[in-house]
Amino acid sequence: MAGPRSDHHVILRVVAKPLIPIIALFALYVHFHGDYSPGGGFQAGVIIVVAVVLYALVFGITPAMRAVPPVFARSLAALGFIIFAGVGVWALIMGGNFLDYDVLFNEEPGGHMGQHYGIIAVEVGVLFAVAGSMLSIFYAFAGRVTEIKDEDW
Amino acid sequence: MIAGYSGADLAIALINVLLLGLLFVVGVAIARMRSLFAIVMLSGIYSLISATWFVALDAVDVAFTEAAVGAGISTALLLGAMLLTARTAKPEKGAMQIVPILVVLATGAMLVYATIDLPAFGDPDSPANTYVGTDYLERTPKEIAVPNIVTAVLASYRGFDTLGETGVVFTAALAVILLLGFGERSLSATFNRKKDKQ
Amino acid sequence: MLEFVLERGNYWAIIGLMMIGLYTLFAATNLIKKLVGLSIFQTSIILFYISLSRIDGGTAPILYGKDAKGHGGGHDEAAGAHGAASEAAHGASDAAHGAADAAYGAADAAHGAASHGLEHVYSNPLPHVLMLTAIVVGVATLAVGLAIVVRIREAYGTIESDEIRETDLEVARAEYAVDQADEANPV
Repeated sequence: MAGPRSDHHVILRVVAKPLIPIIALFALYVHFHGDYSPGGGFQAGVIIVVAVVLYALVFGITPAMRAVPPVFARSLAALGFIIFAGVGVWALIMGGNFLDYDVLFNEEPGGHMGQHYGIIAVEVGVLFAVAGSMLSIFYAFAGRVTEIKDEDW
Repeated sequence: MIAGYSGADLAIALINVLLLGLLFVVGVAIARMRSLFAIVMLSGIYSLISATWFVALDAVDVAFTEAAVGAGISTALLLGAMLLTARTAKPEKGAMQIVPILVVLATGAMLVYATIDLPAFGDPDSPANTYVGTDYLERTPKEIAVPNIVTAVLASYRGFDTLGETGVVFTAALAVILLLGFGERSLSATFNRKKDKQ
Repeated sequence: MLEFVLERGNYWAIIGLMMIGLYTLFAATNLIKKLVGLSIFQTSIILFYISLSRIDGGTAPILYGKDAKGHGGGHDEAAGAHGAASEAAHGASDAAHGAADAAYGAADAAHGAASHGLEHVYSNPLPHVLMLTAIVVGVATLAVGLAIVVRIREAYGTIESDEIRETDLEVARAEYAVDQADEANPV
């Protein structure tokens, strides 16, 4: 990566800077609108990772690791899996089957609140797990690259 | 003969031919190329074109995933791996290419023979489209009340499936970390370089 | 005959793509090119599954119009009634539910096999779900494969499979020679 002094990729930097928050915002839209339109936890998690990858490609891997530390990424992956499994255990504690969302709030038959919130909680778990895992994988590969010289391209 | 193909159906058929032709061109180019950078970029293009075809086949969720995962993340990972290994592939030896071509032709002929018994493209009464798939369509409004049926099946009806699959992604991340490390080595390398300069 | 070919042309095209991927996987000696061939093969199989799930005149499996409001909305009101009703009214509303279900079944029968009680025709959602997860698992396994390739490069200095095999053979021959020497000349 070019150092902070060389303005080699100035257009790239200027364009990427406003684009990254918009990508992250779009990921949140995709996630929370997943019940009504295409999208969901998997896609949103990947799009969030794409925002970080773009930051790492344009500004360098070290600033990216300072902004989103690798330890945070791998903890996020573990937390997401725990959230997903935790919803299943919650259903077990409420007296139903594993991942049976109908019993989550002890509502009467015909209610959809358990299904609605169960799906949202599970999708949050998927979002965290996919985003954390993919970011950890990217860091593992990118962390081994010592220098990408411009002459190599 | 083409009486059944009119208006929108004809447009869809033309789009199918166009996109499948593009996929063919990209696939043959990947098989023949030697520059790894070009191969990686073409594999991203292949994913993007197949995502477009998924939209034509009414599979919008799959198209979204393929565009984000296939064209985005997997291209970035392939580029990262390419930078750590090599830039060009060795050319294949001419005489050694006969065996794979024979194997591929035999496999392809058997698969084409098997398609004779398959239901027609777009057949609403095919076995795959009649039993459990339509059951999900009918029951989702009553039981889940979520408009996007793919989300309902993914997170609720087949939640256990998705749990295992999230576990697979998590395990893959663990495997990559075990093989390559956390990636924090590059941080210390940068700090050492700064120290050397001082 | 032409109709038969048109109805199955998609499958044959997808099999052709699959075979291109398989050829790349077999013929390439470079490990990264092999992995790209594998991912082309995988994408073609996903294309095949999705093309099986399409239904003529159908649309994406997201309920809209009456399908979204008629069933979901109506049942939301029913749920509200449930919450307000006392235990005594519960049985009555269950009976009403049963009547609604019976009416639903009658509507289903009236609609015929193609529409399945819904106003619009939707493509089959089940292959979509299966392939959606297959894509994400596919990229995760691709990452593991690439990580192994990176380690192979660090251990052998090359990622061409024939050169790796030669190195392995040389090492094995050298070790064998050392072993034989020990057996031939015991100290």
